[in-house]
Amino acid sequence: MNIFSTFRVAVLALLLNKMRSFLTVLGIIIGVGSVIAMVAIGEGAKAEVQRSFDKMGTNLLVIRSGSAQTGGVRGGAGSQPTLLWTDVDALRKETQYVTKVAPSLRQSVQILGEGKNWTTSAEGTTPEYFDIRAWSFQYGGPFNDQDVTSKAKVAVLGGTVVDNLFGRAEDAVGSSVRINNVPFEVIGVLARKGQTAGGQDADDVVLVPAGTFAAKVQGGLRQYLGGSIYVGAASAEDTRRAQVEIQSLLRARHKLRDDEADDFTVSSMAEVASARQEGTETMTRLLAGIALVSLLVGGIGIMNIMLVSVTERTREIGLRMAIGARPGDILVQFVIEAVVLASVGGLLGVGLGFGVATYLSTEFGWATKIDPKIVALALGSSALVGVGFGLYPAHKASRLDPIQALRYE
Amino acid sequence: MSEPILAATDLVKTYKMEDVEVRALRGVSLAVHPGEFVSVMGTSGSGKSTLMNILGCLDRPTSGSYRLAGREVSQLGRGDLATVRNKVLGFVFQSFNLLARTSALENVELPMVYAGVGGAERRERARHSLEKVGLGKRLDHTPAQLSGGQQQRVAIARAIVNRPKVILADEPTGNLDSRTSIEIMALFQELGRSGITIVLVTHEPDIAEFTSRVVMMRDGKVLSDVTQTPVDARAALANYKEGDV
Repeated sequence: MNIFSTFRVAVLALLLNKMRSFLTVLGIIIGVGSVIAMVAIGEGAKAEVQRSFDKMGTNLLVIRSGSAQTGGVRGGAGSQPTLLWTDVDALRKETQYVTKVAPSLRQSVQILGEGKNWTTSAEGTTPEYFDIRAWSFQYGGPFNDQDVTSKAKVAVLGGTVVDNLFGRAEDAVGSSVRINNVPFEVIGVLARKGQTAGGQDADDVVLVPAGTFAAKVQGGLRQYLGGSIYVGAASAEDTRRAQVEIQSLLRARHKLRDDEADDFTVSSMAEVASARQEGTETMTRLLAGIALVSLLVGGIGIMNIMLVSVTERTREIGLRMAIGARPGDILVQFVIEAVVLASVGGLLGVGLGFGVATYLSTEFGWATKIDPKIVALALGSSALVGVGFGLYPAHKASRLDPIQALRYE
Repeated sequence: MSEPILAATDLVKTYKMEDVEVRALRGVSLAVHPGEFVSVMGTSGSGKSTLMNILGCLDRPTSGSYRLAGREVSQLGRGDLATVRNKVLGFVFQSFNLLARTSALENVELPMVYAGVGGAERRERARHSLEKVGLGKRLDHTPAQLSGGQQQRVAIARAIVNRPKVILADEPTGNLDSRTSIEIMALFQELGRSGITIVLVTHEPDIAEFTSRVVMMRDGKVLSDVTQTPVDARAALANYKEGDV
């Protein structure tokens, strides 16, 4: 008996009992549907996290000064300036894997503009910083290296600052603001990033050239850099190599002996990002696990109804055997019937999963992402459930004695 | 005389039912030659059904030999027996045993499905077979849309579609009225004339009259085995009046 006719027989047999077939596969539909929907939610969350880290700038390393220690009290990272301005140049020139370097000096400042004031965080840096942090511009543009060396009084405003000082964002560029009472010309407005991965407002910031910041805002640390250094590398792989490279370079430059600890810290955003990813991945796996259990329950439903079907169709099985069906033919017929049942359930389940995912994202704004691999996996496992749970009833059918089966009432 | 198509020698069949041994066949020998139309008669418990099951390759004898179309089949496995049933035998049952909600054409195609015949040839042969039993205009009817006699004709079309050497009919007229019974017997006689061997189980002497040989069974043995001149079913139909037969 060829596979196509077996298939046809299976489908026809199932169509004879439409309602029962549908109720039987309901378990599979719900199982597959929840696999698809759950994983879509999990993947969506993962993609969301990835996006927020991408916005922050990927392949990013942050070097912070060490801690001050006064009479046994340690001040925490950055409390003791140990990074030097010359470290910035050295990182740029004496490393292989570092592609971009930018200092970041931060201080809380008061900013005035158009008669309103706002307290925000000012950041002194160099033009490369915009690249490293993946900042883009809504209006205007960044300052240049010339502005850094000439200590030009120009500023780039974040969206939140603009909101609090100006009525309309397009009015900001070209106007004048006062930062700690020093007048600056606004040359650019940053495109919004929203929340940082840490939950802070990334747009509540004013960026000014590092030279200007050191001279006019922060004041006198001379050769020390009163902040951190942001470093960018070409790839995730290079970022790890750069981390090692930076460590040995700075240890050499700071003349640290082998038994002395680093007087700086190098932290990688990738580490934070991957920790987050792991969290969401665990969640996804958990959801998928629950969904798979419901798929199994669906399989038991199929086995149940297949057993009923074998009993009901005992005479038919007997007849088929009498006219020449081998036990293997009967086995294949019932297994295929179970597989068709489960696969149709799987297909409907995929539809349900798509529906739920779409509903959640349009109605509630949940991030969802449907992975074709998961769809294939769900369909594959539902077919497998069909084989697995169809095998026993099919075996039972194939072992029937044709004489008994023909006489069965 | 030609070699028998069906040769059973000393068939013994014993069933174990709990502690009791039931000896359904106690040494039955029977040789049927090609083209013969044999009826097996006997009361229930005479062993005629057991004999039919063994002749139909649905069951195996406890001992004894059974040669079908020149091949010893008494010890074949389930799969091989299925193939023999498919290629050499055709079955007709008392209760027709057609697949419900399935067209006559598809019912007749079924044995060829298991023989691995391709779709187009299958349909062609099934149609031809149905025309032969006089149902050429009812190919798409389902069993529910057919009368008992027509259903049995579909079953006969199914039995002959794989060009079997032997047709085994188990009380084929048991569920039919007497006129339809004669019609079915006329059809069997027609098939017999075309060379097919037919073995038929019945408990109605009137039906056995239409066959060329009557084997009477009792207590698991052959009681008598008589060759006769069959009554022509066509003629019987022509003379048929209600209440007759």
